[in-house]
Amino acid sequence: MRKLSNIDTSSDSGGKRGRSVLALTVLRSTVVLAFMALVVAFWLLQVAQHDKYLQLAENNHQRTVALSAPRGTVFDRDGRVLVQNRSSLNILIAREQVDDLDTTLRQLAEVAGVPLSGLQSIVERHRLAPTYRPLVLIQDASLAQVAAVSARSVELPGLFVQELPIRFYPGSEVAAHLFGYVGEVSDDQLGLPEFDGLRSGVVVGKAGIERAYNRLLMGEDGTRRVVVDSIGREIATIGERSPMEGRQIKLTLDYDLQQAAEAAFQTAGFNGAAVVLDPLSGEILTLVSRPGYDPNLFALGIDGDAWNELNRDRHRPLDNRAIRGRYSPGSTFKIVMAIAALEEGVVTPEFRVPCHGGGTFYGRYYRCHATHGTVDIREALEQSCNTYFYSLGEKLKIDQIHKWATALGLGGFTGVDLPYEVESLIPSIAWKREQLGEPWYPGETISVAIGQGPVSVTPISLAVMMAAVANGGTRVTPYLLEAINEGEGFLPVPRPVPKSRVELNPVTLETVTEGLWYVVNRAGTGRRGLVVGRDVIGKTGTAQVISLQGRLAAGNTSRDLRDHGWFLFAAPAGKPELAGVVFGEHNEHGYLSAPIAKHIMETYFAKQDGRPLPVPGLSGERSSNRLFETAN
Amino acid sequence: MLEQRLYRHIDWPLLLALLILCLIGLTMIYSTTYDPAEGGVSSLVFTQVCALLIGVLGLSAVIWVDYRWVADSVPAIFVGLVAAVGYALWFGTSGGGANRWINLGIFNLQPSEFARMVVALALAALFAQRQRGPQTVMGWLWAGLIIGLPFMLIAQQPDLGTAVTLLPVAFAILVFAGLPLRYVSILVAVGIMITPVAWTYGLEDYQRQRIASFLNPEQDAQGAGYQQIQARITVGSGGALGKGFLEGTQSRYNFLPVAHNDFIFSVLAEELGFLGVVVTLGLYLFVILRGLDAARLAKDRLGRYLVVGIMAGFSFQVIYNVAMSAGLAPVKGLTLPLLSYGGSSAIATLVAFGLVLNVRMRRFTN
Repeated sequence: MRKLSNIDTSSDSGGKRGRSVLALTVLRSTVVLAFMALVVAFWLLQVAQHDKYLQLAENNHQRTVALSAPRGTVFDRDGRVLVQNRSSLNILIAREQVDDLDTTLRQLAEVAGVPLSGLQSIVERHRLAPTYRPLVLIQDASLAQVAAVSARSVELPGLFVQELPIRFYPGSEVAAHLFGYVGEVSDDQLGLPEFDGLRSGVVVGKAGIERAYNRLLMGEDGTRRVVVDSIGREIATIGERSPMEGRQIKLTLDYDLQQAAEAAFQTAGFNGAAVVLDPLSGEILTLVSRPGYDPNLFALGIDGDAWNELNRDRHRPLDNRAIRGRYSPGSTFKIVMAIAALEEGVVTPEFRVPCHGGGTFYGRYYRCHATHGTVDIREALEQSCNTYFYSLGEKLKIDQIHKWATALGLGGFTGVDLPYEVESLIPSIAWKREQLGEPWYPGETISVAIGQGPVSVTPISLAVMMAAVANGGTRVTPYLLEAINEGEGFLPVPRPVPKSRVELNPVTLETVTEGLWYVVNRAGTGRRGLVVGRDVIGKTGTAQVISLQGRLAAGNTSRDLRDHGWFLFAAPAGKPELAGVVFGEHNEHGYLSAPIAKHIMETYFAKQDGRPLPVPGLSGERSSNRLFETAN
Repeated sequence: MLEQRLYRHIDWPLLLALLILCLIGLTMIYSTTYDPAEGGVSSLVFTQVCALLIGVLGLSAVIWVDYRWVADSVPAIFVGLVAAVGYALWFGTSGGGANRWINLGIFNLQPSEFARMVVALALAALFAQRQRGPQTVMGWLWAGLIIGLPFMLIAQQPDLGTAVTLLPVAFAILVFAGLPLRYVSILVAVGIMITPVAWTYGLEDYQRQRIASFLNPEQDAQGAGYQQIQARITVGSGGALGKGFLEGTQSRYNFLPVAHNDFIFSVLAEELGFLGVVVTLGLYLFVILRGLDAARLAKDRLGRYLVVGIMAGFSFQVIYNVAMSAGLAPVKGLTLPLLSYGGSSAIATLVAFGLVLNVRMRRFTN
């Protein structure tokens, strides 16, 4: 073995050895302590704070993508599709796959025929968004645009087409207020119990049936849980829950009647509202509010301009007049007065009042619109004689009127299954004390007797009142939802219970019905509502927009100050199938609303008999000759 | 010749522990480079297997010859190292902004990984000579040269992380070789005093940023603090028993960069959990204590200094990397010896342990 020359291999001396042992001990201890510290540190991270870091790790790499569920289809009572979904095609761009964004946009603008500036502004708006996140360039693209883009998929990489279910209202404006519309849930709405648990940005019903039965209709969005990498690109799908389409629902609505009513308004040339009920059940057969709007505008997310225009429109097209408009009932309130007086026993059917064009009550002269001679209650209804009903107002207390108005359907909510209904108002002693802190003066009852003064009702509440008169005293709850299809065919939903029920004296019923029959079938104010052989009963009314004095004071304002015209109707008398109201906004006379009711009824009976449905405008005007139709 | 007696004195438990750590490393490299879309075994795993085989060959070769013979050739070895590091610096292959590698065709050699072992060998050989103790001026001069030359060259690459690992090696040998305690305290004091100076003049911007972000990672969550935050998430989300082999999400989806290399221990903690951490750290602790045992048993100062130097460097690297992998230390390009992907590191580590085994098995020979 070679001698290891220059290295001293001898053992260490005692002192050095001791130092080495000490140093070794220090070194070992340091290492052991360091390892113990590491173990403690890992324990803290991995065991003590594990949940926190696990959450962070999952947030890192997992995302939930929502798959929107199509909303449920809405049918009418005959099974016709009223509201459905259509598939909308969006053209999107994934910028990370595009080399030359400008060129791509220019080519897209060219082949799709859209302005380049629009595309550029979309891209500019999302300039800071991650480039892997696709941007919608063309919303609801036409098939031609989609075809043009698909055909150029090689030249235009990064562009792709996405399909989305979009709410579709085939009838456009027809029954727009009844259906309502959809839109992204607002942050305020997320706080409401009905939208509880929804995530922001989800599409919900905002009005009408869409809102009222939103939970049924919206179904359940599906989700796709995806894995993303550190730059957010989707790598894989971990799990997917398919979206569940919303429930199909069937409404009590009769689309033929609805269309007939809307067409009749069109022909008549004024705005307004109409509600037609089955007087026995409360089923809503028709519910119109005009002017309408196109709910399809909202389906893709309404743009600011269109929304502002709808809101600024002087005619307030978004307002559902049938349940939200509150007007004085005018002479239609005389029906309530007649029933109240007969039921309270303050008059008999034979009680007669002389009308000399007015009368003095509580020291003040109240005018009638004509001189009717001596009339009984039937003739008073027929001619809409104010003087007669002033007398009833003198005999009845305001609380008795309130009681009967409420029992018949006026006052409070009707309870219709539509959102945002407005309460009807019938004054009472308690009401006035509460509102104004003043006692009720008997003189005020005189105005109330002809539906003026602080009486304010919605069209739908008048329809309920007419239904109660027709069915003998049951205040039905109007409703639209007839049946739900949970997947095993349509199952009817329980009918809402009537709000109240009173047994009307047969004499009362007979007398009032006779009077209302005269209105339409004799020389009354409602002859334009006559349908031959159908025993239509009805009542006209005029809702003053402003008092005579007020009108003078207002002078030449831009506001439309013309009166509104009411027509209440039910048919056939005795075994009623229809009851309803037509409200003509600023059409000045109740008898001008009657032709719309007539057209609705004729359509109903024609359909029932299997005859061809009438065309609006052809039948109505001819049958009524102009009499002294000056209600009020 | 490897006599029967020597063969018997090979530290088989230490060797076994090293082997297990290498296998754990291979497993984790497989996991971090596994692509579920493509399946199969990544080529990195094969590269690592090759490196480990070379390392085992090197280890065996080093065992065969007496470490004192090796020490005899220390001038040549040292010059070779300096030449290689210098070559890498001026002519080497760059990666990540540093010139660390020499392209050998099949793989890139990183000579700086061998620096710790060579410095340990050279210092041990120096101080083993009585007349060149750390008390003498000549001893100081030589020691300064042995440490300073490779340190400067490696730091210039720039690879301050690897350069710094030379310091615990040198410090441990100096202390064992009899550096007076007052010098030790002076060294520590000087070290503390030059920290602000080094901070201002000695560090590159990115290095300062790394350290600053270590102290407050949330302030720079998208930048320099990102790796550290992600390292903690990776480790913490592993939990007690881990997410399971190949189930780690942090490296799979690239939230943790260079997972197979510097952050392999984070992935181990994620997939095998606290249990895996404790087992692996236990193995490392066993290796270190067992290795230091060779220093106690060494029959001469050369052997003792050599083992102490190697084990000090190894311990420092393990502790630092493990702390870094949990986001507990500033991010430095430091591998975890035996576990991390990297051929040079694997070979250098195994050869160094060859020297440790060598010292232990020759404790009775003359």
